[in-house]
Amino acid sequence: MAKNLKRREFVRKCAEGTATVLLLSTCGPLPSTAEASEKSKAYSPKNHLYGMGIQVNKCIGCGSCVRACKIENDVPREPYFFRTWVERYLIDSDLEAHVDSPKGGYDSFPPLEEEEGGDILRSFFVPKLCNHCDKPPCVQVCPVGATFRTQEGVVLIDEGYCVGCRYCIQACPYGARYMHPEKHTADKCTFCYHRITKGLLPACVEICPTQARVFGELKSPNSPLHRMMRMTELQVLKPALNTEPKVLYSRLDGEVR
Amino acid sequence: MKLLRSPSRWDLSIGKWPDQVVRLVIIFGSGLIAAIALRQHFIPETFGELGHFRSIAIEINADHDPKYAGQQTCGECHESQAELKASSYHRLLSCENCHGPSAIHVAEAEAEGFPDTMPELPRSKQVCLNCHSYLRSRPTGFPQIIELMHNPAEPCIKCHDPHDPEPPEVPGACSGCHGQIARTKAISHHSALQCSTCHNAPVEHKQDPRSVAPSKPRERAFCGQCHSKDSQIDPSTLGVDIEAKQIPHIDLNDHGNNYQCWQCHYPHFPEGH
Repeated sequence: MAKNLKRREFVRKCAEGTATVLLLSTCGPLPSTAEASEKSKAYSPKNHLYGMGIQVNKCIGCGSCVRACKIENDVPREPYFFRTWVERYLIDSDLEAHVDSPKGGYDSFPPLEEEEGGDILRSFFVPKLCNHCDKPPCVQVCPVGATFRTQEGVVLIDEGYCVGCRYCIQACPYGARYMHPEKHTADKCTFCYHRITKGLLPACVEICPTQARVFGELKSPNSPLHRMMRMTELQVLKPALNTEPKVLYSRLDGEVR
Repeated sequence: MKLLRSPSRWDLSIGKWPDQVVRLVIIFGSGLIAAIALRQHFIPETFGELGHFRSIAIEINADHDPKYAGQQTCGECHESQAELKASSYHRLLSCENCHGPSAIHVAEAEAEGFPDTMPELPRSKQVCLNCHSYLRSRPTGFPQIIELMHNPAEPCIKCHDPHDPEPPEVPGACSGCHGQIARTKAISHHSALQCSTCHNAPVEHKQDPRSVAPSKPRERAFCGQCHSKDSQIDPSTLGVDIEAKQIPHIDLNDHGNNYQCWQCHYPHFPEGH
């Protein structure tokens, strides 16, 4: 009887030991706390949750944001690659939306042709960019973990680790990603992560002449974004997809997709 | 038989384990070590610290130099321009929108006292027209011009100082945004009437035109105040310099049946159809 017990105990201990080793190996090494605390003095990602507000009725379609973004982030100048772009919506009397975006709005917009302008009920500009979703589909599909959501809520790409499979470009419901023609990795808006961590505004927000773009903390009641959220009604793009975007549009027309 | 018993030499430290268990432990143990070794080899450094990604990628993303210095920085040296701009129509416009990215200019100024790299000084009309050319998609009230009809041969900066672009003639209260209505009304019989005679525009309408709309007359009786045959109104109270009998009068009960007045008469140009 005593011998039996011992064997049972042995088997149990073996199982426990294996389980512990396996668990430890999956957890990986613990982060070095000394290094982390040194950096937190200057900028702590934990204290931020960023978002952007876009006031559609203030956008004049000048394309300043598109130009500034391309300069700031070294986006290729060819008119197929954008981290942010502006779309012109024309809604005709059949309530059908016609969207155009020549060169992404880089050179502003040409005036409408006669026949185009005849039957238009209303028309407006909609700036678009990565929505920095709280539940980003692009992060879900990345097979190598090269795109991720930071603690500040910004969705970033690891250039050095991206294999260029384009899954994320297909997965993004907003078309916010593109294949960088030189780096051969996916690329997209980072909320100008290198600027916001230094206390500056993203380039498009800095340059917007009518403050149609508002950047700030989603949680802090003092931020200009929070003020905008209190003052206007808000919409997000494609709410039915449940991606929970952090780019909030104010007074967005129902036709905008 | 002796050969098969020989592994019993290995169980020196673990007591009297049966051979088959020892063999299993060796096989699983070496498999485990191999798995850990492969994992160490294939999974990159800093992966998994904060999630399913290399946490060093956050630093890589943050490690770029900004090219736009920011509006606050410009005013530190260029005080007079910043002060002039701060009270002008262009107060919301960032310096670098027209002058281009200037972080290098600022860095040189801080290091050497006087910078070598100069920001752009745009002179072309296109820079202004990016924002101010007429597009019907632009918000109502934003100042826009049609280039061909607005001094086509002259550069913008001849008349407008970009730091304080006050137009030579400021549009009035309502006509600033509703220019087409103002121009139509100006040649109509209603030209002498103020907009406020028929519309009551709250102050908020100027700040937020789309969410706070001015009132519009809703009833025939409103027009009847002047145009009904029983009307006792004195035109001078509305600032109109005519006799009461010059106002066209109708009988509200038999004129136009049940139609509203503005279904036939456009109030900003009532003589037209």
